[in-house]
Amino acid sequence: MPTVSYREALNQAMAEEMEGDPNVFLMGEEVGYYNGAYKVSQGLLARFGEKRVIDTPIAEGGFVGVGIGAAMVGLRPIIELMTWNFSLVAADQIINNAAKIRQMSGGQFTLPVVFRGPGGSAHQLAAQHSQSTEAFWTHVPGLKVVMPSTPKDAKGLLKSCIRDNNPIVFIEGEVLYGDQGEIPEGEYTIPIGVGEIKRVGTDVTIIGWSKMAKVALETATLLAEQGISAEVVDPRTLRPLDEELIVSSVKKTGRCVILEEGWPYNGVGAEIAYRVARLCFDDLDHPVERLTGNDLPMPYNRKLEHHCVPDAERAAELVRKVLYLD
Amino acid sequence: MKLELVRVLDDDGNVVHAEREPQFAPAELRKIYETMLLVRLLDERLLRLQRQGRIGFYLTATGEEATHVGPTCALRGSDWIYSSYREIGAALYRGYPLRVLLCQLFGNAEDPVKGRQMPVHHSVRNLNFVSISSPVGTQIPQAVGTAMAARMTGRDDVALTYFGEGGSSTGAFHIGCNFAAVRKAPVIFVCRNNGWAISVPRSVQTAAPTFAQKAIAYGMPGILVDGNDALALAWVTREAVARARKGDGPTLIEARTYRRGPHSSSDDPSVYRDPAEPREWESHDPILRFRKYLANKGHWTDADETAFRGAFDRDYALALAEAEAVAPKPALGTLFDDVFAQRPWHLAEQAVELESHLRKWRAPDA
Repeated sequence: MPTVSYREALNQAMAEEMEGDPNVFLMGEEVGYYNGAYKVSQGLLARFGEKRVIDTPIAEGGFVGVGIGAAMVGLRPIIELMTWNFSLVAADQIINNAAKIRQMSGGQFTLPVVFRGPGGSAHQLAAQHSQSTEAFWTHVPGLKVVMPSTPKDAKGLLKSCIRDNNPIVFIEGEVLYGDQGEIPEGEYTIPIGVGEIKRVGTDVTIIGWSKMAKVALETATLLAEQGISAEVVDPRTLRPLDEELIVSSVKKTGRCVILEEGWPYNGVGAEIAYRVARLCFDDLDHPVERLTGNDLPMPYNRKLEHHCVPDAERAAELVRKVLYLD
Repeated sequence: MKLELVRVLDDDGNVVHAEREPQFAPAELRKIYETMLLVRLLDERLLRLQRQGRIGFYLTATGEEATHVGPTCALRGSDWIYSSYREIGAALYRGYPLRVLLCQLFGNAEDPVKGRQMPVHHSVRNLNFVSISSPVGTQIPQAVGTAMAARMTGRDDVALTYFGEGGSSTGAFHIGCNFAAVRKAPVIFVCRNNGWAISVPRSVQTAAPTFAQKAIAYGMPGILVDGNDALALAWVTREAVARARKGDGPTLIEARTYRRGPHSSSDDPSVYRDPAEPREWESHDPILRFRKYLANKGHWTDADETAFRGAFDRDYALALAEAEAVAPKPALGTLFDDVFAQRPWHLAEQAVELESHLRKWRAPDA
């Protein structure tokens, strides 16, 4: 199996889908001549030309709306947001239009459009560049929200999203772009709405997505050294959620810890915790616990920032708590 | 800067610029007139329907009918229309049936949007008339996207988008104009300047003498046209469409008109504007002017007028009776449809929960 970076995996997904379907095109700030702010679109302009790899003026509300207009008449746009932090000026288009037009038109219009770009904190990018926006988008009926954590998932899921007939919020991990991983040889897709057990265990279920799936795996490694067997569940898609996978894991382990980079209040983890509490009530040996980002705008200072992002040490401590070990 | 106000007809229907007179066939001219009159007659009836409490909301366009029909009649059927909520004449011109329109207002079982949208938010895909959104201006960049899609797929169709002068204050207007001009997208932006955005007068929307001149900053032509002159609107739109089809990019058209009625059935303009103002605009009426023009050409007689109004009365009464006879509520099962392309498991679950609750506690059609 070839080993590629998360960035290359996304690039391959777009290139393959553009190759296979002339209706697919990419649009966003710097996606063409600059090959993308994070180089995810490397080489696509050279390969597909200016008609299908379109550099835009700096106006998220514009190219998101333009993408919606193109999708309504049958094209399949991939709209790159330089980061999801900048998507908020396009929220009117995404929430009031993309997510609702099919329903409001009585099913007359369909919107096969993927909005993609990086989310979450990276390193010292402060309050306006470090946000985890998935809780906003998962709240909205009509949107699917996908957050892959590995190169394999990134490629397989992005291909499925480009082929899907719904508006999709595809949030990449800004700090995952350089991660290397094996991907299957040749053509493959991964279905939207299907999670994966990233590590099998028996004592506790740790749930994390995007960068937090990686932190969950580091936590499991730490715990293994302490003789604790943690199972890591990566939902990969936050809406629709693979509730069945989460429930079957928690029913097995009896304990659940959720890692979420975003803010705690009304976070995605809160929704998952409710579902686990309701569906695994008789199987739980401890209330569901969450480790989240702090409930404040991200600071710039490196050491302060470090305290605001969940890490394996703190996650392991929380796991020991749900196992009544400390 | 001074822009000419483009006119073809004066207030009495005399041709003042023969070189701009679009040479429409008599049947086409009659259709333009009849559609404008249809909007006027419908508005009277439908506002009354709202006042009687039979529909929840309505929005009239009295005095602005030419802005609906003039630009639209310069398009082909394959061109796309992104309207705001005050250009129903554009859909009617393309053949939107009265009965379907009424079903939408009632939100009943035969409403094409299945009881989901407020009255007047029509969606007529088979007529290339895109679903109307409430938020002001969001249709502007979308029209640009549709126009770009036409070029990307090798068609020479254009997109025309309507918005009010209030909509020109939104970021979406700036973004849409800028984007379209940079990309030479085949779009026609029609700013329906009717003087009032609910209670906000035109002077509070912009310090610029005209809305049309904003086009200059984007690098596209800006045209100021008499919005009560259907022929002038058709002429300037035809020119803009020809440029767009050739690949020469977008045009901004300011159609200067006046909103004689309230913003909507929820609004009372007497609290914020001098009632003399709308009365003054009655002398610039777009329908009366066009009727005189048609009559001068020998294409419309008083008998035609009587016959048309009589036919409207019958058609309307029949359509209303039919629409009111339709089951008032779309089938319950449709409630969970169309949120996604396929109904996901969690919505299927909600549908089952609702059905079982209703089976237990309510009459079947509650």
